[in-house]
Amino acid sequence: MSVTTGLFYLFSTILLVAAFRVITARNPVHAVLFLVLAFVQASMLWMLLKAEFLSIALVLVYVGAVMVLFLFVVMMIDVNMEGLREGFWNHFPLAALVGVVIVLEMSAVLMGGFRISEDLSGKAINAAGAVQTSNTKEIGLLMYRHYLYPLEVATAILLVGMIAAIALTLRARKNTKYVQPGSQVKVKSQDRMTVLKMAATKPAVEPVAAAANGETKA
Amino acid sequence: MTLTLGHFLSLGAMLFALSVVGIFLNRRNLIVLLMAIELMLLAVNTNFVAFSYYLHDMHGQIFVFFILTVAAAESAIGLAILVLLFRNKSSINVDELNSLKG
Repeated sequence: MSVTTGLFYLFSTILLVAAFRVITARNPVHAVLFLVLAFVQASMLWMLLKAEFLSIALVLVYVGAVMVLFLFVVMMIDVNMEGLREGFWNHFPLAALVGVVIVLEMSAVLMGGFRISEDLSGKAINAAGAVQTSNTKEIGLLMYRHYLYPLEVATAILLVGMIAAIALTLRARKNTKYVQPGSQVKVKSQDRMTVLKMAATKPAVEPVAAAANGETKA
Repeated sequence: MTLTLGHFLSLGAMLFALSVVGIFLNRRNLIVLLMAIELMLLAVNTNFVAFSYYLHDMHGQIFVFFILTVAAAESAIGLAILVLLFRNKSSINVDELNSLKG
């Protein structure tokens, strides 16, 4: 039993335990943290499979961004878990039956049919004289040569996802005062200011007569 | 005893089955349902990476990359819908989502 086999069993045990805790945790924050643990273990397993780029991308993008988003949402909303967990174990017999059936059937098929071991395929590739390059470089070459169009579609999907998430959660306030750009653009100079023709000087009122009357009265 | 492709595929199967059990158990809790879907995608991705390694075919890893992209967009939109739901109903119980009953 080599080191790699031992690491495989270690990582997969932790992965399965973490996944089990994700689905049974009472506190959703604990569930998200166990999900982070599960993803990190999966990334270690991918590292064993020499998929370094995807392994690092899983930790950086998934654990770093998506799981933190989960954690934000879970902490932002105030979940009443007791109401949600009502009748939690009622479905357990059926669920366990389905799960065990899936595992047994797939393991029977997979362990019987997929006995490809590393050594055989390793010899095959050495015989072929393949040049070993870095995993990231291989992925990059393949992605930008053969998968350029799917890559563009993927970027469009990400853009759509971003716009949809913002548009769904954006809450415009009803009572804000704001200028309407349409009417601002449409306005003409005549609407803003009217020029009135006025005489430069007013004819003065004659105060002399009134003053003269006062004087005469006094 | 060396690792075979079957080991990794069995691990993926177990992870997938655990996620299915999780969907059954947490049928009311929308957050845990989303997390179980993430676990399912992780199991599928593990299968892809294992096949890619043992068959020496890099195309599987490219596929995992695209699955990660789609899963990230999916979880972002799912969480946005979740926040919207909580704002409108003050609850994330799946049983209460019956407004579209017709």
